[in-house]
Amino acid sequence: MSGRILIDVRDLWKSFGENHVLRGLSLELFEGETLVVLGPSGCGKSVLLKHIIGLLTPDRGEVLFRGRNVFDMSVRELNKARQHFGMVFQGAALFDSMTVGENIGLPAVEHRGMRGEELEALVEEKLRLVGLEGMSGLRPAEISGGMKKRVALARAIALNPDIVLYDEPTTGLDPIMAEQINELICDTQNKISATSIVVTHDLHSACFIGDRVALVENGTIEFVGSTDELMETEDEGVRNFIARGRANRGPHENRGAGLH
Amino acid sequence: MDFFAKIGQSAINMFAVVGAAGVVFWRALTSLRHLPRSMGLVLEQMQRIGVESLPLVMVTSIFTGAVASVQVSYQLKEYLPKAYLGTAIFKSVVIELGPVLTALVIGGRVGASIAAELGTMRVTEQIDAMEAMAIDPHRYLVMPRMLGALIMLPALTVIADTLGIGGGFVVSNVALDVSGRVFVDGMRTLFYAGDVLGGLIKACVFGLIIALMGCTAGLATRGGAVGVGRAATRAVVASCVLILISDYVLTTLIYGIIFS
Repeated sequence: MSGRILIDVRDLWKSFGENHVLRGLSLELFEGETLVVLGPSGCGKSVLLKHIIGLLTPDRGEVLFRGRNVFDMSVRELNKARQHFGMVFQGAALFDSMTVGENIGLPAVEHRGMRGEELEALVEEKLRLVGLEGMSGLRPAEISGGMKKRVALARAIALNPDIVLYDEPTTGLDPIMAEQINELICDTQNKISATSIVVTHDLHSACFIGDRVALVENGTIEFVGSTDELMETEDEGVRNFIARGRANRGPHENRGAGLH
Repeated sequence: MDFFAKIGQSAINMFAVVGAAGVVFWRALTSLRHLPRSMGLVLEQMQRIGVESLPLVMVTSIFTGAVASVQVSYQLKEYLPKAYLGTAIFKSVVIELGPVLTALVIGGRVGASIAAELGTMRVTEQIDAMEAMAIDPHRYLVMPRMLGALIMLPALTVIADTLGIGGGFVVSNVALDVSGRVFVDGMRTLFYAGDVLGGLIKACVFGLIIALMGCTAGLATRGGAVGVGRAATRAVVASCVLILISDYVLTTLIYGIIFS
């Protein structure tokens, strides 16, 4: 992969008590690419994502965003850097005291001081992008799980961020809805031209969305390369993971790119 | 040995809570510089903490005044003329019963509600989402609650004082054979504005304690629904204990030193 390095994760270590989640993980994200971080549940993918955006601090190691270590930044600098990010959380993490529209508009209200018609137009534009026009007045409790993920995506891209982080965007959804979310992610990538990191344990999603794939096992990167390279690798650990991914999904669902 | 280990652990936990509360307080205090754009949030919290607690405070204070009237009349029966009933009711309500009982019922209602709300936001990653959007939860969630409680507790105490004295007045008239004029004259005898002021100063501190304990317990919540329940319990227990301890300290300071 060529291009400028946007995020450089260097030798990241993190433990929660006796649970050593990250063990010297290193990874590079290039400008404009969609990198899928793949791995079994509990291998530290989400923890990696939370380090990248500075929600967790590591025991050791650094995350460089445009050459600056996120963990050396002051609160003000970190918040400034975070405005370049959008993040879609695993459980959508919508503010349930607000409507869908208020959720999407919150970053614009807080950081751009947007109000009135301008704000309404932005909310409707983002809702249209995720196929939920006219739903801004609903509360998160009144919409389905798939719709919540869409709203979370709309909120994450509200200010057209440079980088979008997706934490298990298809987890907990039925295969048809998962497929729609995958397509939506690709579509969104094309429309806002953001660099993305997608964390998933779903091999099918990884092959569908990703330019490159990084496989995390035992807290380190086991493999990193293109989706084609992933399918053709001779590495036994990686092949085992692919075999498990195929078995879990079932032959009738393995119809995504690279899984024929 | 186990016994001493438990005492030691409790002491460590207590210091950890005090430390966490100190950090939350400091961060809320420093975010006061963003007050102009958070005024809407402060008003919303004033409504939730103050206006919505009004019925509870009204019932509590009316009956407290009524009971105090019966109690004082019974205690004074043989020793002092009933002309002093108004004096005793007024002083006991504005100095002690009004501020403390209002704080204890608000501590139960509002403290638990703040801890449960913030705790749920914590376990559903809503607070992480807020931080990822570069919105400081101490500015957006904690500061408005602290300011709302700081403003509304004295306001509620004024209402509680008025209704408590009113309750005492009615019972004195109806059941204790003390005319309204005698009751009011009793109130005016030994009236000292410092009594009222001291009660309101205490109410301000109690308001801060309730909001701070609720926010600290809520932000520190871990582990799903059970964790949220524990946070609410912790907030109420800590608020009530701290209200009673600080009541002693403040009463000594205000009436023993400043207004003596």
